[in-house]
Amino acid sequence: MRPAFSVLFLTTLIGAGQGLFITLFFVELLAGSSLSAGFFVGGSFLALVLLGLGGISSVFHLGHPERAWRAMTMWRTSWLAREGIALPAFIAAVFAYGVAHWLNLGYTLVIGVVGVVLAIVLFVCTGMIYGAIKVLKEWAHPLTIVNFIVLGCASGTTLAAAYASFAAPELTITLAQAAFALTVLGVVTRVSSLWRNATLRPTSTLQTAIGIRHPRIVQKSQGSMGGSYNTREFFHGKSASFVRGILVMLVLGVFVLPLALVMVLPLLAFIVQYLGLLAERWYFFAEAQHPQNLYYQGKS
Amino acid sequence: MTQLALVIDLNVCVGCHACVTNCKQWNTSGAAGALVDCNPYEQDPNGTFFNRVQTFEVGEFPQTETVHFPKSCLHCEDPACVPVCPTGASYKRKEDGIVLVDYDKCIGCKYCSWACPYGVREFDEQRKVMTKCTLCVDRIYDESLPEERRKPSCVLACPPGARLFGDVHDPDSEVSVAIRERGGYTLMPEANTKPANHYLPRRKTTVTVRSDELYRSDNPHKIDGAPFDKNLPPTTEELN
Repeated sequence: MRPAFSVLFLTTLIGAGQGLFITLFFVELLAGSSLSAGFFVGGSFLALVLLGLGGISSVFHLGHPERAWRAMTMWRTSWLAREGIALPAFIAAVFAYGVAHWLNLGYTLVIGVVGVVLAIVLFVCTGMIYGAIKVLKEWAHPLTIVNFIVLGCASGTTLAAAYASFAAPELTITLAQAAFALTVLGVVTRVSSLWRNATLRPTSTLQTAIGIRHPRIVQKSQGSMGGSYNTREFFHGKSASFVRGILVMLVLGVFVLPLALVMVLPLLAFIVQYLGLLAERWYFFAEAQHPQNLYYQGKS
Repeated sequence: MTQLALVIDLNVCVGCHACVTNCKQWNTSGAAGALVDCNPYEQDPNGTFFNRVQTFEVGEFPQTETVHFPKSCLHCEDPACVPVCPTGASYKRKEDGIVLVDYDKCIGCKYCSWACPYGVREFDEQRKVMTKCTLCVDRIYDESLPEERRKPSCVLACPPGARLFGDVHDPDSEVSVAIRERGGYTLMPEANTKPANHYLPRRKTTVTVRSDELYRSDNPHKIDGAPFDKNLPPTTEELN
């Protein structure tokens, strides 16, 4: 698949926002009495900025953004519609959480529980948008959803550690340790899916695609000379060495460098991990082999 | 339940692209608006088409066969593209099984095209909506046309008649009979989308003749003047 940059920014930004909010909630649950309300107000604001930026970038993926409200209507069948509902609901919960802390309204833990549930629902919706496409075997697997959750939580906790290093330094080490643990968990889950996808065998072949039983079939024309939507949308169009370079950036940026940096320089660790996650999401798209590409293998 | 569909005979298709041009002509002139053409007279011309004819070479020279393969929306009975649509713009009509896009509801997220294994949906870069074959829904029910013209434009255009159109749920329709009697098959059955469109395979017409059928078995070499062949099976007279 061709990586869509709006979607790369959307999923990485809201993933970090969700992870940050979940971390804030657990900080309040376990050490809330020792912290000022300002810590949670600032943290909620940071999460809202990430979620807002993610929402804005998602609009660039649409041909008709002015009709985006319609995307909430088919929640019974479409995970994209479910995400379209879960994202604003989660933003509202984060906003309510921040306001409740700011104005000292109480019930912050109750709002926090609602927010955490919505954050997880949003993770599942985002993951299932990809996991529900059966023809893309690389995506249609529970690991897709697991990776969205684990990597989102890892980057969000790294950001929480970076935020705490300015707002509540006594928490920094604990949060950095949590970010370290989540990033290690991410190594396990993401490497599992990388391994799975690298060894996956396609179900469809050119033989089943055109229904002719012969081991040697060569495409001679694809119905157009100058390309089409089919040749643009479903292949990344980059060389194998470029894709390998992105894979190296993924491993270094998401895992190796943040693990080395998070204990000492959590802010730098977050920036590196975020850029790494952009590479990770790019690779996530690039590694998905769409069966429609069987119909676009050559022209002469 | 009616399920309208095309049946495409690969044994007849000559790869002339008449279906492609007539499809484009009809669907670019309709009420839904023009199908975009980008750089039509320059380098890399490309545009939106609902129907494409591709060509494949099967086998190795000299045992090769050229197969022309028309490809358009298969109007699946279990379409992967419909449930994923977040707005309901993509839908399958209950009354005749045609899969359509409501261009006024489509937000252009392209999600449906990701879900379709066949790559038959094309995003229109000008209108910014997803487009696809409509089975010429705006002409097959048009009562101002004579009845025999109420068919998709690709079917009407096909010079050798490789494209059949009809209800694949009616066991006695032309398309059902063709699928049943001429080995109709669907594309990528492993995708479990149950395509309504079917393809008829390439085939060679052969008649099996046994060697003894070339001679009159009762007295072949005397009456017909054929040369004597000692390898021939014995005649009835010789056996008696």
